[in-house]
Amino acid sequence: MFTQKVKLRIIYSIILAILASAVLYITLKSLEENVVYFYSPTDIYNKTSILSNTTIRVGGLVKEKSINKKGTSINFVITDLKNEIIISYKGLVPNLFSEGKGVIAEGKLKDKKYFVADKILAKHDENYMPPEVKKALEDSK
Amino acid sequence: MFKNFLPNKILALNSKFIFKIAKIMILVLFVGVIYSLFISPPDYIQGDSVRIMYVHVPSSFIALGCFAFIGVVSICNLVFKIKFISLMAKSLAPVGLIFTITSIVTGSLWGKPTWGIWWAWDARLTSMVILLFFYFIYILTWKFVINFKKANTISSIIAVIGLFNLPIIKYSVEWWNTLHQPSSITLTSAPAIHYTMLVPLLIMLIGFTIYSVIIFLMRYKIEIMKFKLNKKNKIN
Repeated sequence: MFTQKVKLRIIYSIILAILASAVLYITLKSLEENVVYFYSPTDIYNKTSILSNTTIRVGGLVKEKSINKKGTSINFVITDLKNEIIISYKGLVPNLFSEGKGVIAEGKLKDKKYFVADKILAKHDENYMPPEVKKALEDSK
Repeated sequence: MFKNFLPNKILALNSKFIFKIAKIMILVLFVGVIYSLFISPPDYIQGDSVRIMYVHVPSSFIALGCFAFIGVVSICNLVFKIKFISLMAKSLAPVGLIFTITSIVTGSLWGKPTWGIWWAWDARLTSMVILLFFYFIYILTWKFVINFKKANTISSIIAVIGLFNLPIIKYSVEWWNTLHQPSSITLTSAPAIHYTMLVPLLIMLIGFTIYSVIIFLMRYKIEIMKFKLNKKNKIN
């Protein structure tokens, strides 16, 4: 069907594609530390050294009934359902910040269980629905 | 199918045909805008800012789709050396660039009310910026390399390298922790979007796709004309 020349080019490009994918995979794997936007509480728990002077991000779900507001300062717990970390923050939180929802805190780690944030970001999930549907879902529970 | 894109067929393409599909596009986009702005409900948590999705998601789809097309065409160009085929990729590139910019800008506008920040260097957003750079480099190669054969080869190689970025964009939200949420529409499971929001999204996607096809056909015709003229003048 193809001439010898074209056949060679096809084989050459397939080998190139496989090798390039392998290179890319290894590179991304070794850069994983830098690619992740935030650490989960479990990642922090498993870390051997505590980076107390560098700014990092911790993300997970806001634990139910853990939000504690006092004036402008707010304390809450981020959980990934395995480990937890206490966040302390001063300032305004985004509108989407609420219990049971995704959140990312940017700041410094004091120790493995305590984190002082200077920025709070809300992370939302992939579910979209009208309020009535949400209400109906909750009623049927 | 492919025969319809041969140069002589495209040159015979009547501008009346383009007008016809342009009329369909305006109708589809009109319905889509009305549906997404007025008929579809607000989101249960994001409220009305969810309406940005109806522009953001179709733009991203088309931005990725155009580059996939450019990449595949470039592989065909490098392997089979079919004349004129790279002109198809060349004419689609500006469409992809425009939609990449639209995707990034609307995403940024959407990020402020939902996440609380305009921009974050997470994996999805960063890989999207890399796609933008690839579009720029691809288009600039065609602009600045005057010799047709050289421009053809260099731009094809760039497009093939850029092709490796596409799965990274697609799966970045699953492989790593990102601020960007995972995909709502997947091939394997039911969409996580309620159908009242999914319908306007699909209508807008169809409208944007027709727009891309129109721009592509117009540009492709012009590119072939230019190519044929150059051959006669023996510039290349």
